[in-house]
Amino acid sequence: MSQLLIGLLLLLLFGCNGTQETEHPGVEKVLTAEFGDTFIEASIGDASTLLPVLASDSTSSGITGLVYNGLLRYDKNLVIEGELAESWDVSADNLVITFHLRKGVKWHDGAPFTAADVLFTYRLYTDPSTPTAYAEAFKQVANAEVLDPYTFRVSYAKPYAPALMSWATSIHPKHLLEGEDVTQSPLARNPVGTGPYRFKEWLGGEKIVLEANADYFEGQPYIKRVVLRIIPDTSTQFLELQTGGLDFMGLSPLQFDRQTETSAFRRLYSKYRYLNFGYTYLGYNLNRPLFQDKRVRQALAFAINKQEIVDGVLLGYGVAATGPYKPDSWVYNPNVPRYDYNPEKARQLLQQAGWQDSDGDGILEKDGRPLAFTIVTNQGNDLRAKTGEIIQRRFQEIGVDVKLRIIEWATFLKEFINPSNFDATLLGWTGGPEPDQYNIWHSSKTGPRQLNFIGFKNAEVDQLLEDGRRIFDQQQRKPYYDRFQEILAEEQPYTFLYIAEALPAVSKRFRGVEPAPAGIRYNFHNEWFVPKKEQKYAR
Amino acid sequence: MLQYLSKRLLMMIPLLLGITLISFVVIHLAPGEPTDLQTQMNPQAGSDLQERLRVQYGLDQPLYVQYFNWLSRLVQLDFGESFATDRRPVFDKVIERLPITILLNVLSILLILVVSIPLGIISAVRRNSAFDRSTTLLVFAGFAMPSFWLALLLMDWLGVRLGVLPISGLKSLGYEYLSFGGQILDRISHLVLPVFISAIGGLAGFSRYMRSNMLEVVRQDYILTARAKGLSERVVIYKHALRNALLPVITILGLSVPGLIGGSVIFETIFAIPGMGKLFYDAVMMRDYPLIMGILVMGAVLTLFGNLLADISYALADPRIRHQEQGEG
Repeated sequence: MSQLLIGLLLLLLFGCNGTQETEHPGVEKVLTAEFGDTFIEASIGDASTLLPVLASDSTSSGITGLVYNGLLRYDKNLVIEGELAESWDVSADNLVITFHLRKGVKWHDGAPFTAADVLFTYRLYTDPSTPTAYAEAFKQVANAEVLDPYTFRVSYAKPYAPALMSWATSIHPKHLLEGEDVTQSPLARNPVGTGPYRFKEWLGGEKIVLEANADYFEGQPYIKRVVLRIIPDTSTQFLELQTGGLDFMGLSPLQFDRQTETSAFRRLYSKYRYLNFGYTYLGYNLNRPLFQDKRVRQALAFAINKQEIVDGVLLGYGVAATGPYKPDSWVYNPNVPRYDYNPEKARQLLQQAGWQDSDGDGILEKDGRPLAFTIVTNQGNDLRAKTGEIIQRRFQEIGVDVKLRIIEWATFLKEFINPSNFDATLLGWTGGPEPDQYNIWHSSKTGPRQLNFIGFKNAEVDQLLEDGRRIFDQQQRKPYYDRFQEILAEEQPYTFLYIAEALPAVSKRFRGVEPAPAGIRYNFHNEWFVPKKEQKYAR
Repeated sequence: MLQYLSKRLLMMIPLLLGITLISFVVIHLAPGEPTDLQTQMNPQAGSDLQERLRVQYGLDQPLYVQYFNWLSRLVQLDFGESFATDRRPVFDKVIERLPITILLNVLSILLILVVSIPLGIISAVRRNSAFDRSTTLLVFAGFAMPSFWLALLLMDWLGVRLGVLPISGLKSLGYEYLSFGGQILDRISHLVLPVFISAIGGLAGFSRYMRSNMLEVVRQDYILTARAKGLSERVVIYKHALRNALLPVITILGLSVPGLIGGSVIFETIFAIPGMGKLFYDAVMMRDYPLIMGILVMGAVLTLFGNLLADISYALADPRIRHQEQGEG
């Protein structure tokens, strides 16, 4: 609907290759879509602000995604399509993009939407006084101009592949924000967009209510109202789901596997599962002498049984990862070196690297120093903590003494990640269909507070990342990322562990739910509906 | 009395200053900054955002400058703006959550008093009876039980299986369309479990306290006198003993004044109640310094006033203390 980030977050939640878990309910007669009813979902945290330019949390983005539009969006198959832009042209040298905007689109307050709003949004994001986390892609723009009220043109100094989808960013209303201090804008609590839903009310810490926009340019959404309840505890959310207090919930593997297999639950809810974008990894601090030897990193990779983690921690709802991309995406390279569980091989590699148990205490030594290190991870992520414990035991078995430290998030960033003061860390990245990983792997991103905090420096990878983001065509682009994945697999700066599945449950009242590579929510605003007879909330 | 009051009030100022100073320093000692959390681990975030935010928040200044800036706004009763991305005034954020927090706490204190005073008295009067033993066992079981666990059990039983009570939140969806009576009923039904859960931990302590007070009092000479006068046991217990045994309740009520704006993170989280406990907890996790300090200052002021209030009403209720004060003054 809008904003790249939302795209990513929604994809993260409602990833790819949906397969419906429930048996097909036989032949259901085709129903015509009807208007009405309310969709209730929950979030563990309240939204922070409903101005997309400032919002960086998933709750806020989930709401602004329904209230605002971008110029472009991903369709159900993750192919870019127009939203506020009717069409767009990319020049032959990939440097200039011209957007032809939809005519007759209105802001929720009735003002017309024009190219001036797009230009304003670009300026708002790149204004140094705007505290936004999403200026990076727009900073690549060399020039942005309004050609006429419905034509907008941007040019870039160098071709930049992620550029196109950066225009999925929510377009902000110029007439309400121009000349205002954006951090003090009333729109933060009272958003005015062009999207399928209008803002109705926000009771702090309690709920946010949206209502269908009858004038939406793609037609009025069938579901009349969306309510997001703030329920901080997932057990409570689950109890609410069981009593029908919620219509949607992302389940944990345990809930999905063990607690929802009752006939009562199956009668009321459909369950779906598909791979998330994003992966969990064990990253080695390459500034530490211990991890500068590739053989040590490879040995550790061989010592980890990834499938055991998938089965034990995710109860099988996920896959073992071999690199930063998920197996069902176009960019995935299946032909990279694999590290299937092989403790014997791990021991051999460590021996080659000079590590031996000379004093018979079960721990390997080299030059009189034991092979010992600490894995740090953040508090509050149960899956990571369990993964850490499993890895700890496997490392113990090959003679590596590992401690696991779980630290509160703010402290974790400040004391461990920022100063690069850790041996190894267990973390995850979330991504999206765009394969550019420049910020995570390029050697220029190893500075303080930057994302290449493990200090990975590889000239060939740098070059591949620089070239890869300049090519628009998928086929031409793929070889660069294939090679990139090979190098990562060979070098093992991270041991890529697993990719988890999204496990949503949706009330069976809702029809039109069609799992696709984009997940299940992509058509919420124009295809989901509840037949009149089953509508639960009359008003 | 006036002199005493003004002395006490004046004493509060340095005390409050000390509290703010210590809180301010301790919070800034905690590792991590709000700006880290807003900018880090985000592949799309620019690296200069961190510095810009620090300047906007004034975090680039030395700590003592930050403290004086904060304090000079505070003396004008300005609690500043939250560091969260919404940048709302701290005062607004707190006010929004006060009514429900106070309501829950008042109801819970009332429930505790109504249940534990009679329990304590009866246990004391029938000391070591079967009743005494079984209530002791029950209240301690309630005290020892993790409240979140009990809450979830009750939610599952009453909410999911029997379907007689709502599970979470403050109001049902469609509350606006209920009749006035229906609205009241809806609100009450949402409050039953949270109030019960938040009271259950306090029951044990208070009823035990009441019991030992009562035991203490019935051993006093004046009770012996009352009995010797030939008063009925009922009059002895409920008139002469009870009044004296209730005196310390005043202190407890005074001390619970700051508790009125404090909430429990655990039961607010479980029942999805937007109260102060969750607000404070989230503020700490986000390192939202102005909000943390705002809540701490309000809590400190209420604690000091609660103590004062308790002392004053104690003096009013207990002639022994009143006369002693006057004797000294």
